[in-house]
Amino acid sequence: MSAGANPAAPTAIRPPEAPVTPVPAAPRRRLADREGALAWIFLMPSVAYIIVLVAVPFVLAIGFAFSDVTAGDPSFDWVGLRNFRRAFDDPVFWQSLTNTVVFTGVSMVLIVLLGKVLANILMADFRGKWVVRFLVLLPWTTPVALSSVAWLWMLDSIFSPIDWVLRELSLLGQEGALFGDASNMYWLGKPGLAMTSVIAVHVWRITPLAAVIMMAGLVAIPRDLEEAAQVDGAGYWRRMFEVTIPMVLPVAAVAALFGVVFTFTDIAVVDVLTRGGPNNSTQVLTSWAFFRGIEGGDIGQGAATALFMFPILLAAAVAILRAVRRMEVR
Amino acid sequence: MAVVEVRELVKTFDHGKVRAIDGVDLATERGEYLVLLGPSGCGKTTLLRTIAGLERPTTGQVWIDGFDVTGLPPRARRIAMVFQSYALYPHKSVHANIVFPLRAARVAQAEREQKARWAAELLDIVPLLDRKPRQLSGGERQRVALARALVREPAVFLLDEPLSNLDAKLRATARDELKRFQQEVGTTTIYVTHDQAEAMGLGDRIAVLSAGRVRQVGPPVEVYDDPADTFVATFIGSPPMNLVPRDGLLVGFRPEHLLPAEAIPTGDRVRLKLAVDRMEYLSGDRHLYGRISGIGQETRVVARLPATVTAPISAGEGYDFVVPRDRLRFFDASTGQRAEPVPL
Repeated sequence: MSAGANPAAPTAIRPPEAPVTPVPAAPRRRLADREGALAWIFLMPSVAYIIVLVAVPFVLAIGFAFSDVTAGDPSFDWVGLRNFRRAFDDPVFWQSLTNTVVFTGVSMVLIVLLGKVLANILMADFRGKWVVRFLVLLPWTTPVALSSVAWLWMLDSIFSPIDWVLRELSLLGQEGALFGDASNMYWLGKPGLAMTSVIAVHVWRITPLAAVIMMAGLVAIPRDLEEAAQVDGAGYWRRMFEVTIPMVLPVAAVAALFGVVFTFTDIAVVDVLTRGGPNNSTQVLTSWAFFRGIEGGDIGQGAATALFMFPILLAAAVAILRAVRRMEVR
Repeated sequence: MAVVEVRELVKTFDHGKVRAIDGVDLATERGEYLVLLGPSGCGKTTLLRTIAGLERPTTGQVWIDGFDVTGLPPRARRIAMVFQSYALYPHKSVHANIVFPLRAARVAQAEREQKARWAAELLDIVPLLDRKPRQLSGGERQRVALARALVREPAVFLLDEPLSNLDAKLRATARDELKRFQQEVGTTTIYVTHDQAEAMGLGDRIAVLSAGRVRQVGPPVEVYDDPADTFVATFIGSPPMNLVPRDGLLVGFRPEHLLPAEAIPTGDRVRLKLAVDRMEYLSGDRHLYGRISGIGQETRVVARLPATVTAPISAGEGYDFVVPRDRLRFFDASTGQRAEPVPL
């Protein structure tokens, strides 16, 4: 149409001979359109799962903690706080609590630090990076039972390859050697070394997960920011502490939350390596609850000990989530 | 003396497969506003990043303020850069953002405060100093980014499409602010954009880039009126320059110089016939689309008639049109380069 033509000329909207389309069936709402019903259908499996495997055992544990149920006498009798009093009177409980806190605290510091370092390695671009990535993620993908057994051999009191290496390097088994003149370290046989070994294996196991979470946080930092800091004259450490770490902190806090929960409630490493020994020096709350409640048969005591972890973990979770929230809001 | 100079700069990616910068020689004059203009992928941002030191040139040199800085990191180059995203540190307040470069340079506290205040006053952001970047509008973020660049008192500002994140309405005022800011500060500025209106409005000189090469460097008037080749002729100007093939040449003229014969009754004119087939009415101007004959091969062209030309024109008709002879530009049809004028 040109500007010269009459702009008011009527425009046909539809060709006059347009075929009449057959009247379709009345529109109906199908199941897939009903969001309320769909929500229930999709949520049910996980709700059932949580009720059966989390809520029921949790309620049972609370019930057992106030009862005199034992493996030999499963009848339920209310005993009030007796189980807690007896648990608190036992010095092993307090040692387990201390050990748990040390185990968790030291592990977390190491996991976060090493996780950051490994995340940098995972992100770096270099020849053969896939081999390194594979090796970094390997500990995480290995089943705990399997890797702990491998560690059991690594830390064996007589055949430990670590000891063999130390001996070959003349750091062990000689007069005046750095680690003493005994032929072996007895990694799992001495209290301090046993705890060190448990922490080392646990850190080795969890760090890859922390590294992957950290990497997700690091990748999400816009590259502009790093470059702006470079142009602004900031060196490596200033960029790290003033740009990278503050930006990655919310994600690191989430990684730390998972780490604390995994570590505080972990039983696998202790159970396979030391079973709490020697002399309860690596006994943690989970292992102690397990040994008292299941192996010792005093289910009420075990439940009370295990339940003691709940408020501590709840407080930790709330604290970390609030810290994350504060960082996001500002 | 040139503040920034690049010599025979080449930057390749993917082991030489991609030549992002393909031999660029360019120098800024002191205090000038140099705009790097080109379509996306022409290498203009890579060139800026190479000057900043964020990319290492494959070959060639970068000189800043009389020193060869080719191998130096960004921090040693006395430059300040404003990124497309502004790249403000989101966890720091506006004030902490502005003093960050000063703290990195270990400037004393008192001097830091004084400079931050000076920059904040110059850019009119004093009330915003305690806010976080997320609480600022796009225009305010730009001013904070400029303040952060300014406190370093750099030899050169490098701006990478700073207006492209703003909405169209804000862009005009932000452009005006940028220009006034630079005139006030007087610092040499290199500005990257793909928007020719920005380039024309801001630049003292414009360097037009295409495929990693500089096609033409000159003031906006020169780049517009005397394009060095057909790329510049058609990239700059909206609608672009008309090019009519004739005996191995391309005859070029801007749409606004193709006018009805009665609009230019005197002077040395080239006469031709325009068969108008479509017309657009754009902010007071009439854009005529049609086929032209009389100076070469019959070609589709655009004519832009300003509101002052009131000759009645309707689509589907032919008219006598003219182009002033001194407005004709000639290009070699095979190379695209400027050629000697020929009589028509």
